[in-house]
Amino acid sequence: MSAARVWLILGASSAIARAFARAVAADGADVLLAGRDTADLEASAADLRTRFNRRADILDFDALDSASHYTTLEKARSFAGGGTLNLFLAFGTMPSQDQIDANPALIDGVIAANYTGAVNVLHRAAPLFEAQKAGAIVVLTSVAGDRGRLKNYVYGSTKGALGAYLQGLRARLFRSGVPVVTVKPGPVDTAMSYGLNNMPLMAQPETVAAACLKAAKKGTEVVYVPFPWWPIMTIIKLIPERIFKKLNI
Amino acid sequence: MTRWKPATLTGWGRNCTAQVAAARPERPRELDAAIADTRDVTVLARGAGRAYGDAALNDGGRVVLTERLDRILSFDPASGLAVCEPGVTFADLLEAFLPRGYMPPASPGTAFATVGGAVAADVHGKNHDRHGSFGDHVEWFELLLADGSTRRVTVQNDAALFAATIGGMGLTGIVRAVAFRLLPQATPWVTVREERIADLDHYLESFARVRDSATFSVGWVDALARGASLGQGILETAEFHEDRAMPEPPRPRRAPLDLPSFALNRLSVRAFNEFYRRRVPTAGHERRRPFAEFLYPLDALHDWNRIYGKRGFYQFQCVLPDLAARAGLRSLLETVAGTGNPSFLAVLKTLGKSGRGHLSFPLRGHTLALDFPRGGGADELLRRLEAITLEHGGRIYIAKDSLLSRAGFRAMYPELPRFEAVLQRVDPGARFMSDLARRLGLKGAT
Repeated sequence: MSAARVWLILGASSAIARAFARAVAADGADVLLAGRDTADLEASAADLRTRFNRRADILDFDALDSASHYTTLEKARSFAGGGTLNLFLAFGTMPSQDQIDANPALIDGVIAANYTGAVNVLHRAAPLFEAQKAGAIVVLTSVAGDRGRLKNYVYGSTKGALGAYLQGLRARLFRSGVPVVTVKPGPVDTAMSYGLNNMPLMAQPETVAAACLKAAKKGTEVVYVPFPWWPIMTIIKLIPERIFKKLNI
Repeated sequence: MTRWKPATLTGWGRNCTAQVAAARPERPRELDAAIADTRDVTVLARGAGRAYGDAALNDGGRVVLTERLDRILSFDPASGLAVCEPGVTFADLLEAFLPRGYMPPASPGTAFATVGGAVAADVHGKNHDRHGSFGDHVEWFELLLADGSTRRVTVQNDAALFAATIGGMGLTGIVRAVAFRLLPQATPWVTVREERIADLDHYLESFARVRDSATFSVGWVDALARGASLGQGILETAEFHEDRAMPEPPRPRRAPLDLPSFALNRLSVRAFNEFYRRRVPTAGHERRRPFAEFLYPLDALHDWNRIYGKRGFYQFQCVLPDLAARAGLRSLLETVAGTGNPSFLAVLKTLGKSGRGHLSFPLRGHTLALDFPRGGGADELLRRLEAITLEHGGRIYIAKDSLLSRAGFRAMYPELPRFEAVLQRVDPGARFMSDLARRLGLKGAT
């Protein structure tokens, strides 16, 4: 049974990706889970097949290995068969600012995964979507990308840069009828945030997943999850830099 | 590297708390890493936290939350065999398998409970006479042991470790995956027959009539009734309805706040009981209800434990062998009605046969479950109920218990020495520990 819709999920081991895979499978799509921990992805694929009776398979994928990205996309296209391929990009890494300050060697890894890796795979995917003239691309960035903050500016700057890239990609793929959705979650209750302090308005992965799917269907350009982050970040972006630099956030 | 988060945990009855460091793995390998990272400190797996007392607490130690290990790994429709990670809930099972005509073989009173917890407590449901408890349907489980190794345990390859883990309250190790058989011929709807029960004798006669023929049976008892009305209540039996259309999922409601402690008193509970009993006409009636609603009536109100207020509550559940049921239940109910401690939810059921675990709760008999608000002499009342249970050859369900004495525990669970022999073999350093185990004097606790 081949579905008309297929989702390729990059970085599929994360809690948000797991919830998103379940949401799209429940909605009738087939799913291809891509990531490094293939043994774990195998369990997630089995879960999707068992719960939802959809096709689900896995793909060994390393965001840092850009030379392999074409192969990954080619495999995804072949998995999709005649169906429409959609892409959900969920990988990323967030060492705390303290960890980075103590060990700046971490910086390369953060930029490589969150920005370089994402741009590499998205740029190689663009021609595929231009040819397909259908499907959607949904990318997780973060509210941290809206403004560089004392507490999280290395991570935040990678997500901010990715957001700028997505604006350009959105304009390019708009011409082929393919929406590019930038999802900006606040803190989400996942392994990434587990046990960290000061996490306001914590969202559950299922909430974020549902918002991502809704935005993909509507072709929304930018979506904040949960919604109150939109007015909050709008205000935060308006604070003049000479005041903002004194704030301890 | 495992991240441990300081947390204050409590049981579902909110009658005690524990300060722990909690990890929440999302992959089995992270679970292994968390245990490898735990040296010189005790650890315990915790599923949905629906045990009422201290079974899922480990004060001063560590707790591994299994809720994110929630994948259903396989299902074979021919045999009904499902393999699940420990954090899969009964709600997950119903959602995935009821449309295909399969149900969990035994279901506790809440769909939020996990299959890991179901193994640990060897849970039973309203079909125990027919189908036994959860452990009766377990084919194998993968157990993460104190030495960091993982073993696939079956009755064939290690009968003792199998029996110690079924109903073993997580003290042998952590279930990484469990294979169990779902039961076929289930539908999303049941026809529920409700009848009024006049007194205890009437109850026992009615159960004798239905226990071997009805698929599901459960009784509600007015625990405040005395004298000639002692044991009055409503008996529910249920059979699957042929309709296979999935019902609309109910909209969950939340208890908005902790009710003040005076809200549940003798008068309000008496009024509720009277209303609840008269709802059913004297001739009885039949209604068609969604299966999930019949299995989990309290799940409609999330956080229903808050109606007892901040003080929390105790749950008492015992089973008495059939021969002692009449005298024992009479004595229990008279004691409860005599003190006037308002038991809001009192449930009477029959159980079919003993479970497979050393500490499995079920034995062939009648089981009575009561909730009591904490305070107001509840501790003393529970001690009297323990004594009555013992006198009648019964036992108390430790997954729900908060106050059982060590001597009572030893007398009620004759296979305890075998259980302790297995613990000595697989966890000599007592790495897996709980507040329940400490209270009951397990694993060398003093």
